[in-house]
Amino acid sequence: MTSRRDITLDRRAVVARILRDRGDALLVTGLGSTTWDAAAAGDHTNNFYLWGAMGGAAMVGLGLALAQPQRRVLVITGDGEQLMGLGGIATIAVQRPSNLSLVVIDNESYGETGMQDTHTKHGVDLAGIATAAGFARSTTVYNDDELEASVPVIYQQTGPIFTVVKVTTTPAATVLPPRDGAYLKNRFRQSLLRGKAAE
Amino acid sequence: MTDTQPWADEIFDVLKQADVRQVAYVPDAGHIRLIERSQNDPTLKTIALTTEEEGIGIIAGAWLGGERGVLLMQSSGVGNCINMLAMIQECRFPFLTLVTMRGQWGEFNPWQVPMGQGTKPVLENMGIIVQPVDTADTLAETVDAAARLAFDAYRAVAVLISQRIIGFKNWGDDQP
Repeated sequence: MTSRRDITLDRRAVVARILRDRGDALLVTGLGSTTWDAAAAGDHTNNFYLWGAMGGAAMVGLGLALAQPQRRVLVITGDGEQLMGLGGIATIAVQRPSNLSLVVIDNESYGETGMQDTHTKHGVDLAGIATAAGFARSTTVYNDDELEASVPVIYQQTGPIFTVVKVTTTPAATVLPPRDGAYLKNRFRQSLLRGKAAE
Repeated sequence: MTDTQPWADEIFDVLKQADVRQVAYVPDAGHIRLIERSQNDPTLKTIALTTEEEGIGIIAGAWLGGERGVLLMQSSGVGNCINMLAMIQECRFPFLTLVTMRGQWGEFNPWQVPMGQGTKPVLENMGIIVQPVDTADTLAETVDAAARLAFDAYRAVAVLISQRIIGFKNWGDDQP
């Protein structure tokens, strides 16, 4: 018998599934594994990858969502990265950006440093924290059915939306997107702002 | 307090002129007037932060989305931003912050002194251009120049507003 809390989802499959429906959504990823996950799903000029600034992915997403209220902004980051920016969950909840969706790919481990436990391994409930902060919607996903149900929520429901997806620690190949920060910034602005990017 | 900050109105006008749209802040007594003016302007998005480093990400995200932002903080908050400032330098994001100083001119709280004295070198070590201001009559023009350097020349600039302008804090004031 399988309990609901068994973790079976593969991070690469999860991120690829979510991004399959991205449409014109803008994506910010947190340093480490979620940046590799997004790259593995296919590099895109509407992606801005963080290769550092740990704890900052959701905040980059907030500034972007406030600047582009007509576009859906998706942040995909890891549990360790989000734990370093817990206060930002409260800041987002207060701003209530209706177009911002946070997805935490939660393997309960620090993947880049040797798979040490994060606090989520010991019961810290990030979705519960987002609920308590006042996110419009917050949930934890454990299986494919729940993932399928969450995808339209991520892109269409009035935000801010917080989705934790529990994934296994099965190693995945490191897939590197471009890493020059100035290039990534300029490429993203060119894609989004066209002629105004160089102003 | 707000009546004693006419320079804050001048800074507000400069920020409006520079087309700043997002104002992220951790409250400080020295920024009371500027925060109030920003909150009362419906064309501005004011973003209260739990810690200053959140503001670095927000300013970066705003620029990605085609908007200009400013971060208002006290000098103690500069210490909270250090690693996040790597993103500003590496991506060459335009960045403007107005820092009200503590631990500097006539400080009474010894715990404020280390970060106040460290503010300028820490910012400079992280690639930020630092422009200290000691007198109210040169403040607005310095913020104007800093905004041009940030948004027209794509640089990261901090204006340090001296305690000499903000005024002394003393035992018995309403905040430590």
